[in-house]
Amino acid sequence: MAIVFERPKALLDVPTHYCPGCTHGVIHRLVAEVIDELGILDKTVGVAPVGCSVLAYDYFACDMYEAAHGRAPAVATGIKRAVPDSIVFTYQGDGDLAAIGTAEIVHAAARGEKITTIFVNNAIYGMTGGQMAPTTLPGQVTETSPYGRDVNVAGHPIRVSEMIATLDGAVYVERVSVDSVPNIIKAKKAIKKAFELQMQGKGFTMIEVLSICPTNWGLSPNEAIKWLRDNMIPYYPLGVKKDITAGEVK
Amino acid sequence: MPHQEIIFAGFGGQGILSMGKFLAHAGLEENLNVSWFPSYGPEMRGGTSNCSVIVSDEPIGAPLVTDATAVVVMNRPSLDKFERYVVKGGLLIIDSDLVNREPERTDIEVIKIPAQRIAEEVGSKKIANMVLLGALVEKTKIVSMESLLKALKEHGKEQFYELNKKALERGAEFAK
Amino acid sequence: MAKKVLMKGNEAIGEAAIHAGCQCFFGYPITPQTEVAAYMSRRMPQVGRVFLQAESEVAAINMVYGASGAGVRVMTSSSSPGISLKSEGISYIAGAELPCVIINIVRGGPGLGGIQPAQSDYFQATKGGGHGDYRMVVYAPSSVQELVDLVQEAFDVADQYRNPVMVMGDGMLGQMMEPVEFKERQTTRNLPEKTWAANGLRGRQNHNVINSLFLKPEELEAHNRKLQAKYAEIEKNEVKYELYNFDGEVDLAIVSYGTLARICKNAIKMLEKEGIKVGLIRPITLWPYPKKAFDEVMDKVKVGFISIEMSEGQMVEDVKLSVNGRKPVFFYGRSGGMVPTPAEIAKKIKEIVGGAK
Repeated sequence: MAIVFERPKALLDVPTHYCPGCTHGVIHRLVAEVIDELGILDKTVGVAPVGCSVLAYDYFACDMYEAAHGRAPAVATGIKRAVPDSIVFTYQGDGDLAAIGTAEIVHAAARGEKITTIFVNNAIYGMTGGQMAPTTLPGQVTETSPYGRDVNVAGHPIRVSEMIATLDGAVYVERVSVDSVPNIIKAKKAIKKAFELQMQGKGFTMIEVLSICPTNWGLSPNEAIKWLRDNMIPYYPLGVKKDITAGEVK
Repeated sequence: MPHQEIIFAGFGGQGILSMGKFLAHAGLEENLNVSWFPSYGPEMRGGTSNCSVIVSDEPIGAPLVTDATAVVVMNRPSLDKFERYVVKGGLLIIDSDLVNREPERTDIEVIKIPAQRIAEEVGSKKIANMVLLGALVEKTKIVSMESLLKALKEHGKEQFYELNKKALERGAEFAK
Repeated sequence: MAKKVLMKGNEAIGEAAIHAGCQCFFGYPITPQTEVAAYMSRRMPQVGRVFLQAESEVAAINMVYGASGAGVRVMTSSSSPGISLKSEGISYIAGAELPCVIINIVRGGPGLGGIQPAQSDYFQATKGGGHGDYRMVVYAPSSVQELVDLVQEAFDVADQYRNPVMVMGDGMLGQMMEPVEFKERQTTRNLPEKTWAANGLRGRQNHNVINSLFLKPEELEAHNRKLQAKYAEIEKNEVKYELYNFDGEVDLAIVSYGTLARICKNAIKMLEKEGIKVGLIRPITLWPYPKKAFDEVMDKVKVGFISIEMSEGQMVEDVKLSVNGRKPVFFYGRSGGMVPTPAEIAKKIKEIVGGAK
């Protein structure tokens, strides 16, 4: 009997710690499938962040690092420069990448580091229990914005993909979502393209994945999906923000 | 002559640090212990510049010179600052074209050299530092002129070698 | 014998690292160590290796973490305020047991402080600038030649123990030129293969993980105990110091390190002429601290020990721990970039010895 669905080789056979309904598992799987399909498990090195996906190093079967909070792009730079034929990805959340690690991500992109960043944006700090993130939406209630994010006090959310897309070192930046099957398929395509461009040595690639946090949003998974569609996608429009290969004939 | 501690001082751009470097290289040429220590930081850019050079037949302690056997100054602020660093009986060499006051010390030997004018005669004011270095070496015998020229050849710009050599010789002549 | 060349301390650091097989250098400009980065930016491409100027000291040390975890020899360099920034990364590097070499060309603090020579990072270097129960080997060379030798040794020690090693000099050592010889050296150490490196499976069965996170208390404690056992081993094997002028009894023993120890030697010679005999303990490793040097000379010391520092009384704490009440301990220090003169040190010592007589 043909097996039509199995665990990707790039994922280890271990239970994850993610909350019920969390989409990190889906995103892990997409990255792992891409690693399998590209046949690069043997030379891939992943860098986990501080945040909900801090333990990602236990889940991916490739060599892994656990980086200090926000520093994954710098760690990835060190790995890639030391071992140029490796395929290096960082897996970071919004607090890690867009708050404490802003300098590292901007400069890794500006340098055109030949790495791929998977940026999981769920508009909240998950691991610490639901505090305001740099991507928390205006008016959104969190533990540290109990009256809703007041942009006059807490400032505005950052559209990271649009910002990174302005940098010459970034060759491919796309925002995707995992709220539906068609969008999950698109997300995988984007992740694959990012890895492929890295393999071709083109430059920095980043895929921002809009993701849900039912636990800290205080919603059921279904409600959370709806909230993402109704609130996040309008503020963070999906699509390709930068593609230096656009227009190239395949 | 064993163990001498020299301070070179002037404005940035006068070749203060290179005077010290050539001397240190010459000392190394003679298998002596040497150290060279510059002033560093913002004052490097356009302000005053100085360096300490020690040449010794013994292991060198502090590389920073505070009791100088000789001081070479190429501007007024350097004379004001470093005149008191010269040990009793030590040597003070002044570029008299650039320093408009007499030294106050009477317990030291002072040589005033119109280094700018001499350098101009040789070919360029830029090598006034070499005139002064020539005088220092002649007077102190800290290293031989031969070693100094060797250091100049190995570590200086080739196209300026002849000019620098002439400047050193004119300085030495002046100090005789 | 290789020819002696006249070289600035900062540049000699770079060349020594290259000789030691340093594959990657990540740095950020800060006075008075910028020449290290400038030198590496010229030389590393010439030898086909990596130089990268990071966007911050924080990024630079994390690049070190990345490259070291991938199994290559790597170095970074900074000065005091920059080392504060790197301290986060150093803690992670120590926790993940990664070998690397960190240069600190110390300037005066606290805060932005100044740019002149100082030794006020002693606590930061030896007592852990970052968080957690970690240690790193700290070398304090006093000449450019010793700097070169210790930078090379540092790479070996780092690899042997899988631990960060700091080479700490002051602005004087970084900026001064002295003759140096780059000896062709073969390590006598038995350096373990880096089977732990995370540089891609490349046929390996199980993945390697570079990590300092242990969420279960019993696991973290076990990890800490393992680190402590390693540190004990380092304390047993890697202590380095110089004893100077201890032939026979001495009135007083100076304890001083780095370039300041050379100034103390000048003071000792001055005092000798006045009939005061002073010895010098020069710690070459600041951690592990050379406690046994004190035991060695204890019976020869008449009045006591004096810690002489370019800081406001940091190493004196380790001197007191080492002397352990057996003799009085005195202190003399300057700070902020003020470098004591031999005469000044001699005067202080005469006061102490005179007072005791």
